[in-house]
Amino acid sequence: MSTIIAYFKGIGQGLNTLWTGMKVTGYYFFHARKEIITMQYPDNRDTLKIPERFRGRVVMLHDQNNEHACNGCTMCEMACPNGSIKIITDKILNPETGKVVRIIDKHIYHFSMCTLCNLCVQACPSNALAMDNSYENSVYDRSELTFVLNQPGSKIRDNVKD
Amino acid sequence: MQAELISKDGTQEYFVNMGPQHPSTHGVLRLVLTLDGEIIQRVEPHIGYVHRSIEKMAEFDTYKQIIHLTDRMDYLSAHMNNEAVALLVENALQIEVSDRVKVIRTIMSELTRLASHQLWWGVMGMDMGAITTFLYAFRDREMINDIMEETTGARLTMNYNTPGGVMFDLHPSFQKQVKEFIKIFKTKLPEYDELLSGNIIFTERTKGIGKLSLADAISFGVTGPSGRASGFACDVRKTNPYSAYDRVNFNEILLVEGDAYARYKARIFEMWESISIIDQLIDNIPEGAIMAPMKAIVKLPKGEFYQRVETARGELGVFVVSDGNKTPYRVKFRSPGFSNLSVLDHISRGHKIADLVAIMSTLDLVIPDIDR
Repeated sequence: MSTIIAYFKGIGQGLNTLWTGMKVTGYYFFHARKEIITMQYPDNRDTLKIPERFRGRVVMLHDQNNEHACNGCTMCEMACPNGSIKIITDKILNPETGKVVRIIDKHIYHFSMCTLCNLCVQACPSNALAMDNSYENSVYDRSELTFVLNQPGSKIRDNVKD
Repeated sequence: MQAELISKDGTQEYFVNMGPQHPSTHGVLRLVLTLDGEIIQRVEPHIGYVHRSIEKMAEFDTYKQIIHLTDRMDYLSAHMNNEAVALLVENALQIEVSDRVKVIRTIMSELTRLASHQLWWGVMGMDMGAITTFLYAFRDREMINDIMEETTGARLTMNYNTPGGVMFDLHPSFQKQVKEFIKIFKTKLPEYDELLSGNIIFTERTKGIGKLSLADAISFGVTGPSGRASGFACDVRKTNPYSAYDRVNFNEILLVEGDAYARYKARIFEMWESISIIDQLIDNIPEGAIMAPMKAIVKLPKGEFYQRVETARGELGVFVVSDGNKTPYRVKFRSPGFSNLSVLDHISRGHKIADLVAIMSTLDLVIPDIDR
């Protein structure tokens, strides 16, 4: 007799616990409009809020005169753990002072090797590099992931220390 | 030869591969199961499918660069892994970081722990065949990820710690957002209990399954919530307090049953403790520098250094042998996942295949942490 009672008691308890769980899901089923947490991602690109510190990819900051702050010291190249930065420097004669100065020819950035660790940005003594907030960076060919960060025709800003 | 395999009653032991591509192994872990009917005789984990030789790579990186590799070990407790290396360098060079950094690191660690346990809870339900839990857990985890993204700039592999401090100062809205999250999550966590903890199907599948005794937990080195569910007082936050853990009050969750349900309960209780730690710290984050003065090139003195932290999975140890150069001579990570996996064979013998999924789930393995 006692086993039969225990059997039905077990069924009752089981149903009770199931009901407890169903109450939670049922609440959200009937209050679906109250807190909508899903986003319709590709359609909401315009309203999507990307935090300002979000690390999309490395860029070199240029001002409106197409001038940057990179003097080619290769601190970022040394700080990079994956070898994704390569700087090709050039030496030119400054006609005003008569000194030979180092400028960058190409600041090459291999995005395919980058782990977005932010170490290059921290290492830069003249704040020439930054992380932008870009996303959806996938491409069809690997060669498209190699960027030259200094824009064509750009030159170094005057007040940057050597 | 053939005759030896076949037992007296005419049945035969056979092998089944579980993984490497199996949803409930949470990654590329291959388990070779020796079965007698549906009863597990032996479990043989074959690891190394995501081996990236992080320890060897670390020998060629400077101490600042090693940190970003540790993100990729146990990606669910990325912040704690970073903290381990950062603390090791700071202790070796005897650099005193500011109180602000200590508190920031503690809050971030606990947020990461919460996010990790939330993901575990969701996936645990999914392993048991309930997809609801997964969606509920990710709803709450998303809030932590947003907080992380705002302050550190990344959602998962944050690389927020550096030797001597943290990379950025807290975002101005950090405190407000964390308080809001805690307020909301305090109402959501009881839902977790209602959905799964008391559920008859769930309890029937986990109670008494995969019993791990205290002696075995100690001898296998099972740490974290899995070890504490067997009564093994192994919380590094209590035994060797680091960062700001010595100034907060929290309980070390110790249970005695040691079965899958106890491991589940230990993590649920730990979430409450994490909330209480964040509650104590969030209102009084001291002012101070976020970065202690450091040399541009960090060189450790000659010698051997060891630092351990409590990640969401257990005790992570970092062992560094330095020969005085800017790169370490040898780095060894004692990852919690590896030790916790080693006990799997021991506790799953004699159970059914379906129970193995429950055992694996409650051990909370992260495969990249095992393989490194």
